[in-house]
Amino acid sequence: MLTILMLIPLLGSIAVFALPAARETLAKQIALGISIVTACGAVFLTTRLSGLGGGFAVTEKHEWIPAFGISWSLGIDGIAGVLIVMATLLVPLVIIAGWNDVEKIGRGTVKGFFSLILILEVFMIGVFAATDLFLFYVFFEAMLVPVYFLIGRFGGPQRAYAAMKFLLYSLVGGLFMLASLIGLYVVSARQLGQGTFDFFALANMSIDPATQKILFLGFFFAFAIKAPMVPFHTWLPDAAAESTPGTSTLLVGVLDKVGTFGMIRILLPIFPEASKYYTPIIIILAVISIFYGALLAIGQTDMMRLIAFSSVSHFGFIVMGIFAMTSQSMSGATFYMVNHGFSTGALFLVVGFLVSRRGSKKIEDFGGVSKVAPVLAGVFLISGLSSLALPGLSSFVSEFLVLLGTFSVYKDVAIIATFGIVLAAFYILWMYQRTMTGVPSTEVTETVTEITKRELAAIVPILAVIIGLGIFPQVALKVINPTVNQIQTHVGLFDPVASTTPSESGS
Amino acid sequence: MKNSFEYAALAPIVVLLGAGVFSILIEAFVPRTSRRICQLFLVLGSLALSFGYVLINATKTLVGDPATNGGQTHGLRQFAVNGATVIDGAGLFLQGTLILIAFVAALLLAENQVDPQGDAFAARSSTLPGSEDERQFTAQGWTQTEIWPLFLFCVGGMVLFPVANDFLTMFVALEVFSLPLYLMAGMARRRRLLSQEASLKYFVLGAFSSAFFLFGSALIYAVTATMNFGQVSIALENAGQDTLVITGIGMIAVGLLFKVGAVPFHQWTPDVYQGSPTALTAFMGAATKVAAFGALLRVFYVAFGGMRWDWRPMFWVVAILTMLIGSILAVTQTDIKRMLAFSSIAHAGFLLLGVIATSASGLSSSLLYLFAYGFTTIGSFAVVSLVRDAAGEATHLSQWAGLGKKSPVVATSFALFLLALAGIPLTSGFTGKFAIFTAAIDGGATPLVIVAVIASAIAAFFYARVIVLMFFTEPPVDGPNVVIPSWFTKIAIGVSVAVTLLIGVFPQPLIDLIVSSGIFAS
Repeated sequence: MLTILMLIPLLGSIAVFALPAARETLAKQIALGISIVTACGAVFLTTRLSGLGGGFAVTEKHEWIPAFGISWSLGIDGIAGVLIVMATLLVPLVIIAGWNDVEKIGRGTVKGFFSLILILEVFMIGVFAATDLFLFYVFFEAMLVPVYFLIGRFGGPQRAYAAMKFLLYSLVGGLFMLASLIGLYVVSARQLGQGTFDFFALANMSIDPATQKILFLGFFFAFAIKAPMVPFHTWLPDAAAESTPGTSTLLVGVLDKVGTFGMIRILLPIFPEASKYYTPIIIILAVISIFYGALLAIGQTDMMRLIAFSSVSHFGFIVMGIFAMTSQSMSGATFYMVNHGFSTGALFLVVGFLVSRRGSKKIEDFGGVSKVAPVLAGVFLISGLSSLALPGLSSFVSEFLVLLGTFSVYKDVAIIATFGIVLAAFYILWMYQRTMTGVPSTEVTETVTEITKRELAAIVPILAVIIGLGIFPQVALKVINPTVNQIQTHVGLFDPVASTTPSESGS
Repeated sequence: MKNSFEYAALAPIVVLLGAGVFSILIEAFVPRTSRRICQLFLVLGSLALSFGYVLINATKTLVGDPATNGGQTHGLRQFAVNGATVIDGAGLFLQGTLILIAFVAALLLAENQVDPQGDAFAARSSTLPGSEDERQFTAQGWTQTEIWPLFLFCVGGMVLFPVANDFLTMFVALEVFSLPLYLMAGMARRRRLLSQEASLKYFVLGAFSSAFFLFGSALIYAVTATMNFGQVSIALENAGQDTLVITGIGMIAVGLLFKVGAVPFHQWTPDVYQGSPTALTAFMGAATKVAAFGALLRVFYVAFGGMRWDWRPMFWVVAILTMLIGSILAVTQTDIKRMLAFSSIAHAGFLLLGVIATSASGLSSSLLYLFAYGFTTIGSFAVVSLVRDAAGEATHLSQWAGLGKKSPVVATSFALFLLALAGIPLTSGFTGKFAIFTAAIDGGATPLVIVAVIASAIAAFFYARVIVLMFFTEPPVDGPNVVIPSWFTKIAIGVSVAVTLLIGVFPQPLIDLIVSSGIFAS
């Protein structure tokens, strides 16, 4: 089933690429149609998870390279399910938002851009759905290729530098993960007789804690770069600022989640002892990320970079939630991953709309936009409020859960981290004040026009999800909680106080 | 002792050396105008025939039980010529790999449409560079078909090298394949002085290392009174840690490590790779590595396997130096051929991990790596030979800028080869690296694997740099062009691309084949 879900965008990508270069509109239409079908398929498959109690659904397994214990194994649990849904929902919206981006850039072909996006979608589904660690690694690295070309070919003036930096950071992280992966394979060969990359077999092994501590680091390094955590974050602002808004959305919204996804789905189950051992350091790094990202976001003059740094701060919250290891904090972190994908995506896309009008990413070049384009300004505000976790919007629920869950085990940390929210309100609202309010300059009046129907079609679904999940978070939490509880049981940790997770079914 | 000469087992070698002799006769008796076509038929035909014999030997029913035959399940496993050679599964696999590589390389050597003046070799290499004679011979369109007998002898020697079972046969094979290489390296059509310099360096240093090998063999003979690997191994068990033995092993290692281009015996590599005609560099880079590692593996697994605790520390040092120095120096190169030369040094380091492992998995992973690496190397040098300006090949890196825009297909295949050399998943390079790293960790060489990972990370930088250069920079105004080659080069590149991808995505059949060839017979 999941293979078919991946085949749809793969075939779509080939079809789009095979089109003659002149049929640009057809290429866009096919890409959009394919991505919508994929999104529906993903939602459908995720519904299979209900009532499974946190296990894996729609699993499949085919031998690939039996000599190395590698198989083509796919399956989704609650965490993978919601992330795949998030990713596949974002793709059609990114396609709509980036409908005319390639023509504006004037480099590369339309069909090239959209077939790269679809091929990226294949890998995004694959990386979340893989239940074979080698397969996970292959998708983890394979994702680099389309993103590299999306940045390097369709990016801004510094695109080559940004694409290179992105690729090298990711490759270095990937190589360390590869080393650990081989180490893990050797350990499994010693324990089980035959080496394997099967996630379930590996998670059921009990690895000697000293070995765990070493292998953990290789994976963590790769995930920390991907996530990105301070001090491995410096590639993100460059990559996000040089990409098209659509690419940035997928890069920060989905790809970076692979890092935090890997932490909760691979590090915790396979290296439980090491995860506990390293928790203090990682929590400290997470708090540093929260504040460092927020402070640098305040100092940015470029809107894309500002959002990128705000993401560094958000990822700090997610990592903190994962390693606090309470059911609330981990559910919150997982839910945070979904919400961050949507809210950051919305911000990138709206800023993209602004940039495409004014031709500048600088905050100082805007001002008074709400006078000339009130709806655009309103959309911008809602996206911003979602990013700063306003109560009533989905990100509030997740941030609250993360802080509450963390508070029950690390009071001081949770209290300190709460100040990060204040900073988030500061950089978002200050950016809003400087760009949207005030008296519009002549350049702004001349260039900035009201939001178009196409742009609304891209942004309204995201805002609907943000508000919808804010009011009914159970929709997602019902899927997430059972899996999180299972991971928690597997790690051998229990909540210090009785669970107060808003969902009834999970706990 | 009854003398025996097992023709069937040795047929692949006999065919090639016999064709070499026949090839000389063609030079002597066939008119100049039809020599090229005759030689081509002879070379490709004899390679195909030789490969056929390898297949026949490999599909024969195994005498005895796989369990007592080192895991080999089919094919010949016998000594030939009174134990001077041994035809076993691993040896057959190496022979097959070498012949396939030689076949693809022969296609490259036959290419004569890329250079407007003719093929890659000097019209008359006896003429002085820049002389009037040279100009006239070139104007008349002479080509030097003498490369074909040299090529056949070279391949014949290589096919003998990894199945040699005593030091003397191994030395003879070493010289048989080295001497033609020294010669051919000096016969480039363009930049002849550079080529002749390369040839001389290769020859002098190569002769020096051969002397080391011979001296080492003599020392081992002095202690064990035998040249045969199996008997050496038994004799060394009793001899123990003799100074002569350690010195002998060290000297033999020097001779073989020179051939594979390991640090600190690597200095010839960049100059020879750069100076030789590129088609020959492709052949030399791929085939010499396979043959020399085949022999290195056999010597250190069979003859010195019992002494592994004595030679391993030395190999650890050599492997670490080779991986790091190869990768670091590659970063600083501005010439594409030199860069690939340093990358080949780094790869020799990775392959040494397979030697150090001294286990069944170490052997099988090395064979897999060699097969994968051979085709990737041929493919990448084939692409290098296509990027040309008026003066010949444009090998300076700056001239490769924007190649992706001028010729997307060629640039994409080159990018694939670079990714394979970097060891990115779904390419053959990854499969090889994975197998060899796993074998090394299994053999207790985890620190070496960590160094290997660091070296891979450094290497990834310069491979990626070339890809960036090709795809993300604007081409220079008077930049070189990608020449459309004849079918010879097209097939060579196509085969290399196909092998690189296939072994990356579906390596299982090849792995099964290698595992079923078992370990070396002794």
